[in-house]
Amino acid sequence: MSMMLDLGSQITTAAPSGPSDLLVNLLIFLMATFLGVELIRHVTRLLHTPLMALTNAISSVSMVAALIVMSESSNVTVLILATLGVALAFTNVTSGFLLVERINRLFRKKPVKK
Amino acid sequence: MSLDPNIILGLYVASIVLFILALRWMSEVRTSKYGNWSASLGMAIAVVATLLAYTIQRIDLLLGALAVGLIIGVPIAARVPTTALPQRTAMSQAFGSLAVALVGVAEYHVDAPNVPPFTMTVLSVEMILGFLTFAGSCIAFGKLQELIPGRPFVYPGKNFVSLAVLALAGIAGIYLIIEPSQGFALYILAGFALIFGFLLVMGIGGADMPTVIAILNSYTGMSAAALGFVLDNKILIVAGSLDGSSGFVLAVIMSQAMNRSFTNVLFGGVGAKVAKGTGAVAQKEARPVQSYAAEDVATILDNASKVVIVPGYGMAVAQAQHTVKELTDILQERGIDVKYGIHPVAGRMPGHMNVLLAEAQVPYEQLWEMEKINPEFPDTDVVIVVGANDVTNPAARTKVDSPLYGMPIMNVDKARTVIFIKRSMNPGFSGADNELFYLPNTWMVFGDAKKVLSDLVAAMKKS
Repeated sequence: MSMMLDLGSQITTAAPSGPSDLLVNLLIFLMATFLGVELIRHVTRLLHTPLMALTNAISSVSMVAALIVMSESSNVTVLILATLGVALAFTNVTSGFLLVERINRLFRKKPVKK
Repeated sequence: MSLDPNIILGLYVASIVLFILALRWMSEVRTSKYGNWSASLGMAIAVVATLLAYTIQRIDLLLGALAVGLIIGVPIAARVPTTALPQRTAMSQAFGSLAVALVGVAEYHVDAPNVPPFTMTVLSVEMILGFLTFAGSCIAFGKLQELIPGRPFVYPGKNFVSLAVLALAGIAGIYLIIEPSQGFALYILAGFALIFGFLLVMGIGGADMPTVIAILNSYTGMSAAALGFVLDNKILIVAGSLDGSSGFVLAVIMSQAMNRSFTNVLFGGVGAKVAKGTGAVAQKEARPVQSYAAEDVATILDNASKVVIVPGYGMAVAQAQHTVKELTDILQERGIDVKYGIHPVAGRMPGHMNVLLAEAQVPYEQLWEMEKINPEFPDTDVVIVVGANDVTNPAARTKVDSPLYGMPIMNVDKARTVIFIKRSMNPGFSGADNELFYLPNTWMVFGDAKKVLSDLVAAMKKS
């Protein structure tokens, strides 16, 4: 179980143990933000709608947070809130990815050439 | 379930790589399908890895939540019409932001009453963002669904009141950092954040919804990233900030397309500007316009050799995209060159027109972006404007006091003839009167876009 803490879960304190963890997380945050800006800037305007649907679905990664919180406590309030969180985020996961698939198919449909 | 933590870490890394590749592949139509598959796989891996790493006691609750997600999510994705995509985006943002906000509250209750200051600081920011985005997304949904008037809700000192409300939420947050045991402050924080989100989006007009949606998208991602800091979870940080920067970039692109500074949009300053325009409309005198019927338009189209169609939100409302395509086919059969000119903020969300036209099977090679189509207008015979308004208003180039002044527009007035299909003489979302209506080369055709276009198609078939 102590090995699990290496994962960065730190279930008991739920906070980075020292400044180095925070700095690593900040570094990851900044790098991902810059990478995101560069990636999105090159997306054709044609696909901005499916892109928004996709990033929306990706932001439902908050489901991961809801699952972690669900595992942390057996307090009723916590369980209710976290379960709601899982349900809401999973709604976005399913509707988001299925919707992007639907939109992508619209773009791929080959019109009949005359 | 005790698994080697390195395996879990490896799964998280794989998931992160898949998310990044997804955005890369989403940049062009050729690879966009891989983008979606890759992101879906990344999400599945992230969730499975989390379930392996953390033991959830209440499997019943988990399964229940997943069932609810499936039951609500699948029909939404399958049934939402492409015309309603902006509303559905706002709705899913409401869901997503409520999820992060509630998880933030839950995490507070896990740690309370001894929440470390760092955790509490990030949680406060996260909850403010989550709740304000939830309220804002609900209002955006209401405006897009036309349950709430699209007009910006403005009153003297609007920005001061909004910022004061935000400050109160911030003070509640600071109090929580000092006294984390005082749970009531959390509800004050949530309440003020909700009010701020409500005021923020109520103050922004319907025309700015593409930008608002993008900004709210960014906030949801940021709150997910903040949760990543609290739970010290890298995948939350990466996916959250990818989403955060995506919304931010789209918002910047949208506000640039409207020639507004980003801060102007962020702080809802747009509303004040728009209100000025509404005032200008009130004083307008009745000026003559030339009104024609669909049959007249058919004759002029018969003699055209180059036609550009400029669609806007009205085309979506009337669900006229298929009729537009039908007209295009008839024109092309007669050897007439047809292109579509797409303004970056046409419609109510970024890229909305492209999806509608793709649905009607218009090949995307025929869709031209504003910068590319504008030089084409001077030698275009006929421009057909279907449900677009503000983005064609020449006042944006000439009238300094217009609320649209400085916004890059489609220069349709340079074409030989402009056919303007419109339900009434009402101004667009900006509230500005469209100068284009009164130009000698503009033909107004009044009526529902779909009705007018089917009449036009019928008339073309006869001739």
